[in-house]
Amino acid sequence: MSASQTSTPPPSAPDLLVGHGIAKRFGGVQALSGVDFSIRQGEIYGLIGPNGAGKTSLFNVLTGIYPTDGGEFTFEGATLSGLKPHEVAARGIARTFQNIRLFANLSALENVMIGRHVRTHASVFGAVFRNARTRAEEREIEKRGYALLEYVGVARRANDLARHLAYGDQRKLEIARALATDPRLLALDEPAAGMNATETAALRALLENIRRDGTTILLIEHDMKLVMNLCDRVLVLDYGKKIAEGPAAVVQKDPKVIAAYLGGDVELDAARV
Amino acid sequence: MHALIDTKHPLIAKIGVVLIGVALAVLPFALAGIGTAWVRITNLAVLYVLLSLGLNIVVGFAGLLDLGYIAFYAVGAYVYALLASPHFDLHWPFWAILPIGALVACMFGVLLGTPTLKLRGDYLAIVTLGFGEIIRIFLNNLSQPINITNGPQGITLIDPFRFGTFSFAKTETVAGLTFTGPIKYYYLLVVVMLVVIVINLRLQNSRIGRAWEAIREDEIAARSMGINTRNMKLLAFAMGASFGGVAGGMFSAIQGFISPESFVLVESVNILAMVVLGGMGNIWGVILGALLLSFVPEVLRYTVGPAQQAMFGRTLIDPEVIRMLLFGITLVAMMLFRPAGILPSALRKRELETVRA
Repeated sequence: MSASQTSTPPPSAPDLLVGHGIAKRFGGVQALSGVDFSIRQGEIYGLIGPNGAGKTSLFNVLTGIYPTDGGEFTFEGATLSGLKPHEVAARGIARTFQNIRLFANLSALENVMIGRHVRTHASVFGAVFRNARTRAEEREIEKRGYALLEYVGVARRANDLARHLAYGDQRKLEIARALATDPRLLALDEPAAGMNATETAALRALLENIRRDGTTILLIEHDMKLVMNLCDRVLVLDYGKKIAEGPAAVVQKDPKVIAAYLGGDVELDAARV
Repeated sequence: MHALIDTKHPLIAKIGVVLIGVALAVLPFALAGIGTAWVRITNLAVLYVLLSLGLNIVVGFAGLLDLGYIAFYAVGAYVYALLASPHFDLHWPFWAILPIGALVACMFGVLLGTPTLKLRGDYLAIVTLGFGEIIRIFLNNLSQPINITNGPQGITLIDPFRFGTFSFAKTETVAGLTFTGPIKYYYLLVVVMLVVIVINLRLQNSRIGRAWEAIREDEIAARSMGINTRNMKLLAFAMGASFGGVAGGMFSAIQGFISPESFVLVESVNILAMVVLGGMGNIWGVILGALLLSFVPEVLRYTVGPAQQAMFGRTLIDPEVIRMLLFGITLVAMMLFRPAGILPSALRKRELETVRA
């Protein structure tokens, strides 16, 4: 049951991503205020909190979709401030989306091949003249795309339109597409949403494989069983503020966390227990 | 030509290519038998194929609705006309001007693309429509204070394509075959068209083409996957515009006369209709759409009047009215039965032999 079953990195592992005082405001709503956290290399790091806590907002400012209103992300020692989404992806952060955002009218394989864009180089001239280098690169893109589909387990649907895939397969395809960018950090926004128990178990195995193969994972998830089983450490947000950070087993017992999830009234009871 | 051949049936594909090649080679003489007008109509149809393929990059691949595409055609046409006519008394060779025209149109493409990077759909359509009109109005009024475009009178006596002493405008007889001006242009146009088709097929099936399609499908996801959407959109505008520019230069030379009247909004709409009718994003569909919308009105023009004369002894309904009626019915039928076009953008299946072997 405990996270120690999987290949947990030693606590001494260096920090991969550090967030310092992250703030984001949407009009009158303070979506994030002064959030500090750090993700270690090789970790599966959970990000939890009630609906509207600011989890997805944190993803969006991290990946450059929105600019931050304060604070700074440091990734592998370098700041991410002011970077555009494609530059963040080039640095090695790939993400999936809460509401699946595949390229619906392209095949599953093409979706993953598009993920290779940021690591490949063919220009217009290469594409038009199909020189040897471009042809080799194209073969490599296709091969890698297919290998990634096999890795996540949707290879048999390689030539089907992404929108024709089953919901669970679409989630896996999104992960394959993100992996195609060779990320150092894979940020997953509710990958288990809408999955049944069997699918969730398969997802858990997949995420453990991804971590074993060297990619650090940042995971937003509402399935508490999955979070507690999978995550080495967890960050809990509520109303845009950090209320807890630490090993899953510890955070689980934190009265503030219990209160945030179950409502203020329970706080006293939970504290007493 | 590699991209044109279906690798599953190499022999059938090769025979098909040869047959199409022979048909394309013989076509102008067959048409000339009916009347030289039909060769000219075919040349215009090929120009529309070029324009549709150019617009398809912007609308079909990258998903950016452009209602001012004719402006790039106009830019290409005027670049050629100004550099090869008595207007400025410049007579540069066509092989030098066409690349310049493509480049200038390409610059205008970036000029239109830059301020519209954050727009999509209806909003982008309105801005591009305005851009198309601005170009036309400029061409109409740039006769004062310095006469650059000669205003609404347009530019006349534009040089035909010439290669040394070989002129595309003169009629020549080679081995008993009469090569009229339009027939010579026809062959040139077909060669350019084949080159443009190959470029389009290769672009679509490349890292660049996939990036465009990703932007069309979901821009936010495309950015998050590391695609520089700004550069890719500008590239789409630039590539589409330069194809328009080349087509414009050829139009200029073939017609020998251009005026702003040739570059009105309806022309932009017409080209967009070709792309949409054939099937956005599908190169063969777009070509089919362009050919249909170029030929059907001409066929109607030559048949509707005489048919009515034969039946009723006089023309009851103007061919123009019949054309609009047919277009209207077609539009409604398409929306109901084939909203994605006659040949919708098909799923590209990959064989993956390299992987499985």
